[in-house]
Amino acid sequence: MNEKHTLSVLVENKPGVLARVAGLFSRRAFNIHSLAVGQTEHPDISRITVVVDVEDLPLEQVTKQLNKLVHVLKIVELDNARSVQRDLLLVKVRCDIRQRADVLHVVDLFRAHVVDVSPDSLVVEAVGTPEKLEALLAALAPHDIREIVQSGTVAIGRGARSITERALERGVSQQA
Amino acid sequence: MTGAQALVRALELAGVTDIFGIPGGAILPAYDPILDSTQLRHILTRHEQGAGHAAQGYAHATGRTGACIVTSGPGATNLVTPIADANMDSIPMVAITGQVGASLIGTDAFQEADIVGITAPITKHNMLIKDPAEIANAIAQAFYIASHGRPGPVLVDIAKSALQERTNFRWPDRVELPGFNSGAKPHAKTIQEAARLLATSKRPVLYVGGGVIRAGAAEGLRKLVDLSGAAVVTTLMARGALPDSHPQHLGMPGMHGTVPAVAALQKADLVVSLGARFDDRVTGKLDSFAQNAVIVHADIDPAEIGKNRHADVPIVGDLKDVFSELVPALHEEHRKHGKPDLGAWWAQLDEWRATFPLGYAPTHDGLSIPQHVIQRLGELNDPQSTIFTSGVGQHQMWASQFIKYERPNTWINSGGLGTMGFSVPAAMGAKVGMPDETVWAIDGDGCFQMTNQELTTCALNNIPIKVAIINNSSLGMVRQWQTLFYDGRYSNTDLNTGHGTARIPDFVKLADAMGCVGLRCESDADVDATIKRANEINDQPVVVDFTVSKDAMVWPMVNAGVSNDEIQYARGVAPVWDREEA
Repeated sequence: MNEKHTLSVLVENKPGVLARVAGLFSRRAFNIHSLAVGQTEHPDISRITVVVDVEDLPLEQVTKQLNKLVHVLKIVELDNARSVQRDLLLVKVRCDIRQRADVLHVVDLFRAHVVDVSPDSLVVEAVGTPEKLEALLAALAPHDIREIVQSGTVAIGRGARSITERALERGVSQQA
Repeated sequence: MTGAQALVRALELAGVTDIFGIPGGAILPAYDPILDSTQLRHILTRHEQGAGHAAQGYAHATGRTGACIVTSGPGATNLVTPIADANMDSIPMVAITGQVGASLIGTDAFQEADIVGITAPITKHNMLIKDPAEIANAIAQAFYIASHGRPGPVLVDIAKSALQERTNFRWPDRVELPGFNSGAKPHAKTIQEAARLLATSKRPVLYVGGGVIRAGAAEGLRKLVDLSGAAVVTTLMARGALPDSHPQHLGMPGMHGTVPAVAALQKADLVVSLGARFDDRVTGKLDSFAQNAVIVHADIDPAEIGKNRHADVPIVGDLKDVFSELVPALHEEHRKHGKPDLGAWWAQLDEWRATFPLGYAPTHDGLSIPQHVIQRLGELNDPQSTIFTSGVGQHQMWASQFIKYERPNTWINSGGLGTMGFSVPAAMGAKVGMPDETVWAIDGDGCFQMTNQELTTCALNNIPIKVAIINNSSLGMVRQWQTLFYDGRYSNTDLNTGHGTARIPDFVKLADAMGCVGLRCESDADVDATIKRANEINDQPVVVDFTVSKDAMVWPMVNAGVSNDEIQYARGVAPVWDREEA
């Protein structure tokens, strides 16, 4: 059975590395559900969070193949229970002053924020799990939704441990 | 110095002595200092594909990293096939490509191609260099990555501007690759378990792959073979890893393997895979492959383990280390529990060997028997001083079956990618790397027409290879499949190069035109004399046009996608297996 897996991939901050990682998934016919990239606390390391829909065995194969990429430092699978996973959603709703109160009510219920207001529209910002954001969108559906933009999931393990620790010390440093 | 001078200096410091290539606009700055290098011999090929395959042949024959250098755009894209080939067959190779000037990248400039993007899926690693200060480090890393861990091709794309700009040369003291793992030490526990299984199983088979050759581990393999008493099969990529004369050697497994090799794997209770990857051409229908066997899988690449077949005992490590630890561990098992009695297994294997030896049928059209030609090529050359290369197809399978290999790195072919046209340029590279060996390229008439222009390179650069064209006037393997699976409807497989045809091109005249000696052999009676004559010519390349029957087929054969149990010894002749055991 297919299941969603969240992988944190630590990579060297080099040009083209995202294309290499993404390419490896598509080449083996895996669907990337979401993708987010950003810098970490270490200036030489970027962190890619990939959510894929895949069975366990092919996931193991793709993880091993990813590990072979020279710029990939470390891969950690983050399971739901032991990590915090969040997406960012921005949604533009068309509403005049009379409808605004209804929209703001939904925004409050979901602990979302309004980040832009114009006489005939609002932009709502929400952070949460994909499930929560889906529920928010469902609640806003009766209104005139004009635009939706969503980030990929970012995820971090619970507790004090850091996965970037020692990531740069694992590989090769040898006489040329 | 300039970036171009830095490149040439770096190649020298990386130990390169021979490099194959063709100049062009973007790489031109690098060719100027090449003229001054006393260490670097540049061999000007006639096509970039030839340069790439030559680098592969060189690497395969010597065990050192091969090198080639070409220009941007079409020069680089012409290298795609050899790079993909080297990637599939784990050949250490560094390809240098010129790129348009840094300011022009991404503008669809003249002869621009995104070769780093194009080759990302088929290289072990690749990089684009725009800063001349990075050239030395990039070359050091490229040679390190290509040759450490599981070997493979690395491409370094260098912008023309970086070659022209000035820089301070600094060869790095250390290669810093924080994300590169060159291989773990084999785990003691799994070595123990493998030794225990080898000491207790009743029907053990060592399934030897090309990794043994790449690791330079043939000596260790020999020790394990002798100590274990197990049956041994060597895949297409591993021919020569164990001498064919060794009594425990059953030959090649797979689609065109010997019946004893295929049957041994099917009936084994233990399969120890050593640097092999359970390729579909070996396993046949995967879920019916070696169904009763416990699998020990040793490989330097963790991604190979469990990829196709679940490994009961996974061993990740360099095969040299695997052998040096497994052999004493097995000794210890024998000391504690005695050697296993493999008498019944060998009785069975010997019966298969006696009943189903490799063989071939006479031809009915009066033309030579291709298998006979190839067998005699093997018998009339000393396996201790001869390297054979081949293209892809029937002649390749026959050359793997009927030539007896006694040393590693003496059988060079395109296994994974199956690249027609591999043999002539690969032979050229092998001869450059091993000039004291006799190098025979066994080729088909189809393959030969893809890359024969490199014979010009050979003739002009004193690289006296020998080419045996097994000329059946057709794309033989495709024709065989049309005979077997398409009702004998021969769609587009006739090449008209053989006896009694238009004979276009005439290979003897073509050889002559390229500065080679061209010989023709049209009957079985002349085979020996022709081979001897070719062997006497050592100051020029020789091309022999052996016109052979187009009706000869490669047997045994397991049809694509079926179980190895369905192996046919000859057309319509399938061995009857012991039902109780099956």
